[in-house]
Amino acid sequence: MSLKRPAKEQPENFEFNSSSLDMANKIIAKYPKGKQQSAVMALLYIAQRQNNNWIPLVAMKYIAKILDMPYIKVYEVATFYSMYNLSPVGKFFVQVCTTTPCMIRGANKLVEACKEKISENESELSPDKSCSWMEVECLGACVNAPMMQINDEYYEDLNKEKTLEILDKILKGDTPKPGSYRGRVNNEPENNRKTLMELKNA
Amino acid sequence: MLNDKDRIFQNLYNDLGSDIISAQKRGDWVNTKEIISKGRDWIINEVKESQLRGRGGAGFPTGLKWSFAPKEVGSRPHYLVINADESEPGTCKDRDILRFEPHKLIEGCLIASYAVQAHVCYIYIRGEYYVDGQKLQVAVDDAYEKKLIGKNASGTGWDLDIYIHYGAGAYICGEETALLESIEGNKGQPRLKPPFPALIGLYGCPTIINNVETIAVVPTILRRGGKWFASLGREKNTGTKIFCISGNVNSPCNVEEEMNIPLKELIEVHAGGVVGGWDNLLAVIPGGSSMPLIPKEKCETLTMDFDSLVAEKSGLGTAGVVVINKDQDIIKCMARIARFYKHESCGQCTPCREGSGWMWRMLERMAKGEASKDEIEMLGDVTKQIEGHTICAFGEGSSWPVQGLLRHFKDEIKKRNKFDPVIKENKNIPYLVDQHLLDKNA
Repeated sequence: MSLKRPAKEQPENFEFNSSSLDMANKIIAKYPKGKQQSAVMALLYIAQRQNNNWIPLVAMKYIAKILDMPYIKVYEVATFYSMYNLSPVGKFFVQVCTTTPCMIRGANKLVEACKEKISENESELSPDKSCSWMEVECLGACVNAPMMQINDEYYEDLNKEKTLEILDKILKGDTPKPGSYRGRVNNEPENNRKTLMELKNA
Repeated sequence: MLNDKDRIFQNLYNDLGSDIISAQKRGDWVNTKEIISKGRDWIINEVKESQLRGRGGAGFPTGLKWSFAPKEVGSRPHYLVINADESEPGTCKDRDILRFEPHKLIEGCLIASYAVQAHVCYIYIRGEYYVDGQKLQVAVDDAYEKKLIGKNASGTGWDLDIYIHYGAGAYICGEETALLESIEGNKGQPRLKPPFPALIGLYGCPTIINNVETIAVVPTILRRGGKWFASLGREKNTGTKIFCISGNVNSPCNVEEEMNIPLKELIEVHAGGVVGGWDNLLAVIPGGSSMPLIPKEKCETLTMDFDSLVAEKSGLGTAGVVVINKDQDIIKCMARIARFYKHESCGQCTPCREGSGWMWRMLERMAKGEASKDEIEMLGDVTKQIEGHTICAFGEGSSWPVQGLLRHFKDEIKKRNKFDPVIKENKNIPYLVDQHLLDKNA
């Protein structure tokens, strides 16, 4: 199990803005009547997006009210799932996969790069408070290892140099191009494709 | 090698585009109405005849699973739930279906929903695949617009709504009952079975849960016939499968191949060989991190299907092949997998919650050579205490890789861990006894 702690400094108020509220209502409608609690995960995401990548406790209380469920149930969900950030992570949240398939292809080099560029320890904001990094478990892009995720996008087939380049970009406030950084197309074997050749050449 | 025309996922590498027009050119949605008009029993029988087994890891026969859904819809509606919570280390096949072949999945959802009499289908996608989920959402919207799903889907008279539900980074939600809990808005902790979800599942209603790949191959099976699918592979291990080959190979890739393909062919032909040559191979994890590793000697002749891997005391699992070469420290590799399980245990059952951490800490010490000799046997015992003593299969999933390590690399651990504790008095005290009780007796 993983340990999660809410931030010490919490805002006093939280409310969905109108676009968030629209989205929330659309999502609640996906579930049968009386089962609005199913939308709690999605609403936590919406809160996280609206609130600069993290969820304050007041947002949980607010969501509990919208969905007519006990606050503690929302808290339980928010602390159980690892993708809800309960303290500020910055505008760019870097997640480096270090599980075995990435590890054996050199994920530790990516971690080194993060330590050099962002902060010495994981889950610690960079000096300008714009980003943070952490090690995460398998992100499901194992044939593109080693890889990392920045906010929603995947950055694949990395090495230390490429990672440093990407981190330099986000520290300047730019969003780098996602995808493979070795120039390969999706998940095909590099320079070694043996299947569906007619389609490739079509 | 499998003939290109027998590959179901023609767009696995996105040569052709994943939009609805391109998908229709490839044959998706062509005669959906005709297929459905043949009726429920025909569909289920054809799937049974194809001997399709679930692609999510357990390999349960799909046709049989569908036939568990109640024949008549009672007061409770039926649901179809698609498991796209792909998080098993070594596996990344469903992601490619979601982003490049979404219409195969959506069409499969319609056919399966009809077969099990569901009007609502939820697709549970892991939260990290947000971008791929958005691509699937576009495909779902397109299908609605073309009236392929929705009211009177594809003109079949069957109504179907498809909704996407995002997970939030919990591996355990890939377990089917944990997934249902998660859709219901709870933390993802597995339920006791029975009752099985086919009778009491989502919101207490009959629910059929299938993996993405399982559902995505169904339309092609029905078009080309269960016999065609069954003619590939071998008895009870039929059809094609997407293999993900990662780790120390020259060109890691996803590839769709016939079941029962030799492992050596997968690695040497498709993945460009082991880094440093075949002789540099140390071991292979054949089916995602939960499956015990296979040492090099056996990799020479091993074929990849459910039953031949069970015969080697491993399993096909999700067919995520992780190749480990001799440049790696095998104990460290397994310690990292144990750390994964320690992190992902949902905490509901004590043997798993505590045991997964024990295994990780012991393996970390073994990798450093700091463990005592006794601990090697103790580690084996811990795995036995977890396996079979938990609500869900996570207990097996976390202890099997460690058992695999002990089975094949015990000598390596022994060589590194020669430490003999100086104090030998307590040697015969079972470790499961509370330590503070022992201190009192001392």
